[in-house]
Amino acid sequence: MPRGVLPAVGIAAALSLALTSCSSSSGSAPGAAASGQGGGTLVVGVTSDPDTLFPWKATQFQAVNVLQNLYGTLTEFDKDLNVVPGLAESWETSEDGKKVTFKLRQGVTYADGSAFDSADVKSSLDKLMDEKTAAVARASLSSVKEVQAPDPNTVVLELTGPDAALPANLASVNLAILSSDDTEEELNAKPNGTGPFTLGNRVANQSISLVRNDKYWHDKPKVASIEFRVIPDESSIVSAMQSGNVQLAVFNDPLVAQTAQGGGVEVAKTPQLNYHVLQLNAQHGDLKDVNVRLAIQCAIDRKQVLDTAALGEGEVVGPITSPAYKSDPAKRPCPTRDLAKAADYLAKAGKSSGVTVKAIVSQGEYATSVNEAQNLKAQLAEAKINLDLEVLESGAFVDRWVAADFDAAVALNGGRPEPDGSYGRYFTSTGNLNKVAGYSSPELDKLFAEGKAATDQAARKAVYDQVAAELENNAAWIWLFSGYTYTATAAGVQGFVPMANGSLQFLRTTSVA
Amino acid sequence: MRSFVRSRVVRRVAGTLGTLFGVAVFVFVMLRAIPGNQITANLGTEAAALTPAQQLALERYYGLDQPLVTQFFSWLGNLFTGNFGWSARAQQSVLDLTLRSLPVTFELAVFSIVLALLIGVPLGMLAASRTNSARDAAGQAVSLAGLSIPAFLLATTLLSVFAASFGFNPNGQGFATFLDDPLLNLQQMVLPSLVLGFGIAAPILRTTRAAVLEVRADDFVRTARAKGVPERRLQVRHVLGNALVPIVTMTGLQFGYLLGGAVVVEQIFSVPGIGRQVLLGIQQKEYAVVQSTVLVIALAFVLVNLLTDTLYRIIDPRVRAS
Repeated sequence: MPRGVLPAVGIAAALSLALTSCSSSSGSAPGAAASGQGGGTLVVGVTSDPDTLFPWKATQFQAVNVLQNLYGTLTEFDKDLNVVPGLAESWETSEDGKKVTFKLRQGVTYADGSAFDSADVKSSLDKLMDEKTAAVARASLSSVKEVQAPDPNTVVLELTGPDAALPANLASVNLAILSSDDTEEELNAKPNGTGPFTLGNRVANQSISLVRNDKYWHDKPKVASIEFRVIPDESSIVSAMQSGNVQLAVFNDPLVAQTAQGGGVEVAKTPQLNYHVLQLNAQHGDLKDVNVRLAIQCAIDRKQVLDTAALGEGEVVGPITSPAYKSDPAKRPCPTRDLAKAADYLAKAGKSSGVTVKAIVSQGEYATSVNEAQNLKAQLAEAKINLDLEVLESGAFVDRWVAADFDAAVALNGGRPEPDGSYGRYFTSTGNLNKVAGYSSPELDKLFAEGKAATDQAARKAVYDQVAAELENNAAWIWLFSGYTYTATAAGVQGFVPMANGSLQFLRTTSVA
Repeated sequence: MRSFVRSRVVRRVAGTLGTLFGVAVFVFVMLRAIPGNQITANLGTEAAALTPAQQLALERYYGLDQPLVTQFFSWLGNLFTGNFGWSARAQQSVLDLTLRSLPVTFELAVFSIVLALLIGVPLGMLAASRTNSARDAAGQAVSLAGLSIPAFLLATTLLSVFAASFGFNPNGQGFATFLDDPLLNLQQMVLPSLVLGFGIAAPILRTTRAAVLEVRADDFVRTARAKGVPERRLQVRHVLGNALVPIVTMTGLQFGYLLGGAVVVEQIFSVPGIGRQVLLGIQQKEYAVVQSTVLVIALAFVLVNLLTDTLYRIIDPRVRAS
C-alpha cells in the first residue's frame, strides 16, 4: 500500500466535516426564495409528491392538494362545505329538475393566457363522461344526458332526471375544467388551469413549487409561492418545522401531531368527513343473515375502539359525517354495547355457538388500522364472534378490497360533503361500488332516488336520515368513528383554514410573515 | 499468456452479464408477483369503481395489456438503446432520474465508508493492541452498539435532537446537490453518513481486530521487531499493511450494500438517493423504474467488486504474482 494514503483520506474527511459544521445556520431561510413581488414563500411539508398532475385521474391525497390550487371547477365549497360559485357564477335548475343552466364567469384565463369559455366546459364534461378517458369521477355525471354550449358564457346540462347532488359533485378537482386545446399528455407535463396558482419548478421526488397566479379571478393569493417539500417521514417533517424549515404541514397520526406541538409550532385539529368503519360483505357466508350483522353491531363499544386505537382523538359517528346531513350515532339498534342483545341476535340466526368472520386489514395505509382491528377482535370475541384478522400490505389490501374478496374489512373511507356522492355509489343496486359494499335494497334505491330529486335542504336531510336508519338497522356496515386532521403551522403563518374534507384550498388565503 | 488473460476477461464479462440478466429476470418476476398494478397503485380503492371499458383504457395506457414476455423483452431491448423507461409519476425518464439519484447515493456511500473506516480501523487496531484489556472492551462495546442500534432509531433520534435543541436541520431545507450548493450539500450529508458510517464501522472494527491479531502472531512481525523497527511503523506498515486484505473485502461489501440499502436513512433524512427511487417505484408499481434502477444498482455492485479485486492486487504483491 502506498505510504500516506490513510492519513490523506483522514485529512480529507476531517476537512469536509469541518467545512460542514462551521456554517450550520446558513442555507436558504424560509421565504428567501420568493421573487420580488412580496408575499414570500410558504413551505408545506408533505410525505410524497403527487403521483399524477392530471386532475381527472388524481385520487392520491397529495396530488389532489396540489391540483386544487392549480385548477378551477364550476362550483366550489366554502369553509363550511356549502356549495358556492366557482367558474360558474350562478346556476338555475328547471321546474322538472331535468335541465341545469350555468352562467359562466367572464374574464377568466388559463395559466397559458388563453381565455376560458363554455366550449372548455362542454369539451371537459364530454371527455369526462367518455369511458376512454378513464376519469375517476365519471359516475358523478351519470345523470347528465347532454352538454350544450349555446353561447360562450352559458352551459346547459340536460339530465336524465333531477340530480340535487350535481352542484356539489362538480366541486371536485376530479371534474376540473380544462382548456379544450389541452391533452392529458401535455397537462401531465405542464398543468394549465384557472386556479389561484400556476406550476413553478418541480424536482421529482423532492419538491413542487406553485407560483401565484396574478390573473386569478378571485382574491389573489397572499404568498408569492408555495413549495410542497417532500419529506417522506412524518417525524422528519416535525423536525423540519421545529428547525424553521417548513411552515405548514397536515398530519393524520395523533401521535405525530402531539410531538409537533410547541416551540412556536401550533397544532389545530379539524374533524374529518372520513370515517373509520368495519365494512361487512352481506353477500358472504354467515354475514348474509342480518341477525349476525346486528350481533356484530351490538357487540362493539365504538368509544373503546376510538380510545384504544386512536388515543380518543375523534368522535363516534353514524354513516353520514357531512355537517349538513350528519347522522345521529345514538339512533342505531345498539347505541351502546349490549352483549345480551348480541347473543339474542346470534340465537335468532341459529348461531348461538358463535361465528367466524374473516377480516382484511391494511398495514400502513393509515396509522390506526391494525390497532382498531385488534380491539374489534377482542371485543367481538366476548360475543362469540371470531374476527379472523388478515393483515395485508396496502397494495394487497387494495387488491382484495377492489375484488370484494373479504367477509369484513377494517377501512378508513373518504366521506364527501354530499351524502349522495358518499353513499349512492356504494348502496344503490346500480352503484359502481355496490359489489364492494355488499349490500343494497329496494328501499335504499328508492331513498337515494328521492334524495336526488328533493331540492329543499330540510327535505333532503329527512331523506338521508332515513338512508342512515336503513343502513344501521340492517347493519350494512359497522360505522365506528371519525378522526381529526392536525394542521401544524409555524409562527407567522396566518389565514389558513383547514377543512373537514382535508382540502388545502385555503392556501390561497394564507400569509407568511 | 495473452490468450489466458483474454479468456479470463471474457469469462468475467460473461459471468457479469449472466448475473445481470438473472437479476433482471428475478426483479421482473417478483414485481409481477406482488399484488396490485399501476392502476390500483394510482387509484387505490377507487379502482373498484372503474367500468370495464375504463379498466381496458388504463391497461392500454400503462402497457399492461401486453403479454409478459413482450413486456420483458421490449424493456430489455429498450435498455440497449439507452431507453430505461418512463416514470409517469415523475414525468421524467428513468435515465434522468437515475442520473440525479445515483450520484447522491454514491456521495453518501463514500462519506459513510470514510467515516466507518475512520472509526473502525483505529478502534480495531486499538482493541487488538491489548486483548481482553479495557481498550479491547471499549472497542467491542462500540462495535456492539454499531451492530445493535437500528439505523432508523439512531437517525430519528439524531434528527429530532439536533433540530429541536440546536435548530440544526440542513436536511429540512430541501435537498441541494453538491453542484447546486456545496456547503449545504455537505451539511446535509453529515447526519446520514454518521448514522450509516456508525453501523458499518462495527463489522470493519471487528474485521480489523481479528486480522491484526492474526498478522501480529506471524513470524515476520517478530523478526521485524527484533530488527528494531519502531513500534509505530511496525503496527502501521507491517501489521496493518498485511491485515488490509480482509478489511478491504469487508469495506467493498459494505460499500456495495450502501448503494441500494441506505433507503431507510435516505427516507428519514429526505436524501433523494437511488434506494428511495426504487422504493417509490415499488409503491407506485412503476415496473420500468424498479427494473432499470435495480439493474443499475446491480451493475454498480459488480463494479465495486471488480474494484475490490483490483485493490487486492495493489495491496498484496502475492495476488499480483499469481
